[in-house]
Amino acid sequence: MTTQHVRVTVNGQPREADVEPRLLLAHLLRDAFGLTGTHVGCDTSHCGACTVIFDGRSAKSCTVLAVQANGAEVTTIEGLEQGGKLHPLQQAFWDQHGLQCGFCTPGMIMESTWLLGQNPDPTEAEIREGISGNLCRCTGYVNIVKAVQQAAAELRAAGAGTAEQASVAAGGR
Amino acid sequence: MSETYHAQAPTTTPEVGGMGHALKRREDPRFIRGKGEYIEDVMLPGMLWLDIVRSPYAHATIRGIDASEALKVPGVLAVITGRDLEAAGLHWMPTLAGDRQMVLPTDTVMYQAQEVAAIVADSRYAAADGVAAVLVDYEPLPVVVDPFKALEPDAPVLRPDRGPDKQTNRIWHWESGDKAAADTALAGSDVVISEDIYIPRIHVASIETCGCIADWDPVREHLTVHMTTQAPHAIRTVFSLVSKIPEHKIRIKTHDIGGGFGGKVPVYPGYVLAVVASLTTGKPVKWIEDRSENLQADSFARDYHVHCDLGTTKDGRLTGLRVRTIADHGYSDAAADPSKFPAGLFNVITGSYDLPAAFVEVDGVYTNKPPGGVAYRCSFRVTEAVHSIERMVDIAAHQLGIDPAELRMKNFIQPDQFPYHSATGWEYDSGNYPAALRKAMEIIGYDELRREQAEKRARGELMGIGISSFTEIVGAGPSHTFDILGIKMFDSCEIRIHPTGSAIARLGVQSQGQGHETTFAQIIAEELGIPATDITIEEGDTDTAPYGLGTYASRSTPTAGAATAIAARKIRDKARLLAAHLLEANPDDLEWTNGKWSVKGSPDRFKTIQEIAFAAYTNHPQGMEAGLEAVDYYDPPNLTFPFGSYICVVDIDKGTGQVKVRRFVAVDDCGNIINPMIVDGQIHGGLTMGLAPALYEAITYDEQGNNQAGTFLDYLVPTAMETPAWETDKTITPSPHHPLGAKGVGESATVGAPPAIANAVVDALWHLGVRHIDIPITPQKVWAILREKGVTA
Repeated sequence: MTTQHVRVTVNGQPREADVEPRLLLAHLLRDAFGLTGTHVGCDTSHCGACTVIFDGRSAKSCTVLAVQANGAEVTTIEGLEQGGKLHPLQQAFWDQHGLQCGFCTPGMIMESTWLLGQNPDPTEAEIREGISGNLCRCTGYVNIVKAVQQAAAELRAAGAGTAEQASVAAGGR
Repeated sequence: MSETYHAQAPTTTPEVGGMGHALKRREDPRFIRGKGEYIEDVMLPGMLWLDIVRSPYAHATIRGIDASEALKVPGVLAVITGRDLEAAGLHWMPTLAGDRQMVLPTDTVMYQAQEVAAIVADSRYAAADGVAAVLVDYEPLPVVVDPFKALEPDAPVLRPDRGPDKQTNRIWHWESGDKAAADTALAGSDVVISEDIYIPRIHVASIETCGCIADWDPVREHLTVHMTTQAPHAIRTVFSLVSKIPEHKIRIKTHDIGGGFGGKVPVYPGYVLAVVASLTTGKPVKWIEDRSENLQADSFARDYHVHCDLGTTKDGRLTGLRVRTIADHGYSDAAADPSKFPAGLFNVITGSYDLPAAFVEVDGVYTNKPPGGVAYRCSFRVTEAVHSIERMVDIAAHQLGIDPAELRMKNFIQPDQFPYHSATGWEYDSGNYPAALRKAMEIIGYDELRREQAEKRARGELMGIGISSFTEIVGAGPSHTFDILGIKMFDSCEIRIHPTGSAIARLGVQSQGQGHETTFAQIIAEELGIPATDITIEEGDTDTAPYGLGTYASRSTPTAGAATAIAARKIRDKARLLAAHLLEANPDDLEWTNGKWSVKGSPDRFKTIQEIAFAAYTNHPQGMEAGLEAVDYYDPPNLTFPFGSYICVVDIDKGTGQVKVRRFVAVDDCGNIINPMIVDGQIHGGLTMGLAPALYEAITYDEQGNNQAGTFLDYLVPTAMETPAWETDKTITPSPHHPLGAKGVGESATVGAPPAIANAVVDALWHLGVRHIDIPITPQKVWAILREKGVTA
């Protein structure tokens, strides 16, 4: 099968690969770039375990072709920790017991970065709606909601309450 | 509320982190960074991929398989069919329940999505191309999806491979209790409540599917299977018996597991096919299931058709229970129940009530469905039992005009009756059922809710309140009664204390998200005073861990948790001798407090566990073995019986039939608590896996045996939007026989939640003449009822 060359900026680093046109972005990240934090939990775009930030918006990377990501900027779970300091959402998921088996966690955290970038002070209902494209089978969501609330408060208190700054914190540009 | 429910304060400091501390989880730093290592993340040099051709028919003869085009697909290396396996005697394999199932069929497919052939290729995409290129010629056969029809005399015999005396679709018949006593009790009852209750087939749907990498080393003649399994040791033994590879030449290795809930206990054909492919090619072969394969072929649970007759006096004193059940197992009994219990622990169906007489019978039945009844976060059919008795008690209360809480209080086994011997033969270890229900009623404001309900009903609004006072039965189990394929259901822990005072412990169980790396370290911290953060917990490598039966049925804390405590106490005993040597004292004159042995009456003369550990390798007395380690294989004297009372409030939309869970209060009692944060997390998750089958999830089949919920589009796992903000609290009634007084908690909420929700819905509709609704209670079902009753247009 013919291949195409793609260049993608992943977690701030330029990466490239020759790929089949049908290769999924999730598999590019995992198999070609070794970024296995992005998980695949279904084949119908329902579970959200593969969620990444794609050109500043959240996207299910099992539903994006690698060739569509040519020239794009992608942030994965591996790109959140900065200078040895956990992202407030990573810290909050740990503090609040917002994970158990950990399989949905990267997608859940990435979706939450996007959510808080859009809405720095969400209500509980807005958080629940915001993560409703991400399935968790272990936690019953109670502590995930608490974790997002903790991170939102911390980001606001850190002066990251404006949409622009929250976007930076969320791994956007 | 986590501050309010400790029976007593932790006895260790937060730095040590023993029992009762809400220690943050030690496995989380890798997960929150995306650095967990799940099976699909493992890549081995030269690794090949395996994908599976599956049947579109639920029952058909295979007239031929043409793989010639598949073998032309670039990257495809091999095709494996049932005929290939037959040559090696591997086309059938034993199930954990003592039945057998096909790895690949030679002649007949028995369910839709059954494995028909395997493709081995050099990439996952090439393997999928190969699957698409295989041509299979099927001749459809009559399909049996209804287990009642399967038992009719003219039904086709689905398993002619069984012996001449077993040419029937009835797999087995199982009875428990005293039939004559139950019949007599019911005949003498003022009222007998009868109901058919169907508990449908559901699917665990852990967010990680099943998978493995089989790695046969032809030079060393050694097989490593990296695998999503909850029971690595038992799997090794089964693999050895089936493949004839000596057991010491097989290593089962787990990695991080993305949820299991019982679905990762059995051996599925895909695992065996990967092993065969690796044996054939001499290379590592990876098999990772797609979600749709997972939802169509394995990891199913329930499918119980229950008929109950419950006797009661006019004033609500329960007199007897008779239960007749048809268990739909699909085409093979591949459940993972203990050998002597083909219907699991379903005979705990007398529940929390002092029922003087009971009789339970279950018939296992074959149908053209994938093997069912494996698990769904449920301890061996306890969910089916609890749903049935809690529905029946609620119907009785409504029919007699007695408040459901009052009727339960009147019939509870009382605290002074423990240990309690149930009519079906169980010895309940401990409990205080009235206290849990009272606490739940206080928290939710039960009386006020009943007033609100009356007002709303007068206005024509539909609001319901449902109670479930469940009793769990976990911790299988005592070796005199419990085994799987003959292997006794003990579990194990080995602890080694290093010279500098830190430690490693290895266990026979296997975490899938439960947090074992944290809680088992806390048990050792509690017993030895070594900080939990100084203790490594390792599971899932059969080359290093002591033998155990694994993690399912809420058994880890009751069995391996106990083994951990006992192993730690053995170490403490040896530490005492070492301390006596160091202190030049008589061991009898020493006392243990907070991680040190000290001389009684001279508290300043002591040796810490760390000092003692160092001495065990540097200064042990002549004649004593060096080192400081111990192993324990714990054979529990009895099961443990966690319990709780749940109260649910629902509002029903008259226009759409939608049920909204407004509040849900869960008061659980799992005995003494190791980590209250983790216990609450387990309950939150269990409640959500109770909500799911109550309102949303079901695997259904049409008459041709087509799975109608084979993707997440149709199999409705609850999201954060449907899931309510669970309210949890506790009572604490320690187990009298567990060394830590703990009972286990993983599945309590899955067991207890569905009837609370169903009872609440029926409570909202009883005045309209609604007596029972089978789960899942979908908007469509409720809307149809509301239309029939003239409530909605």
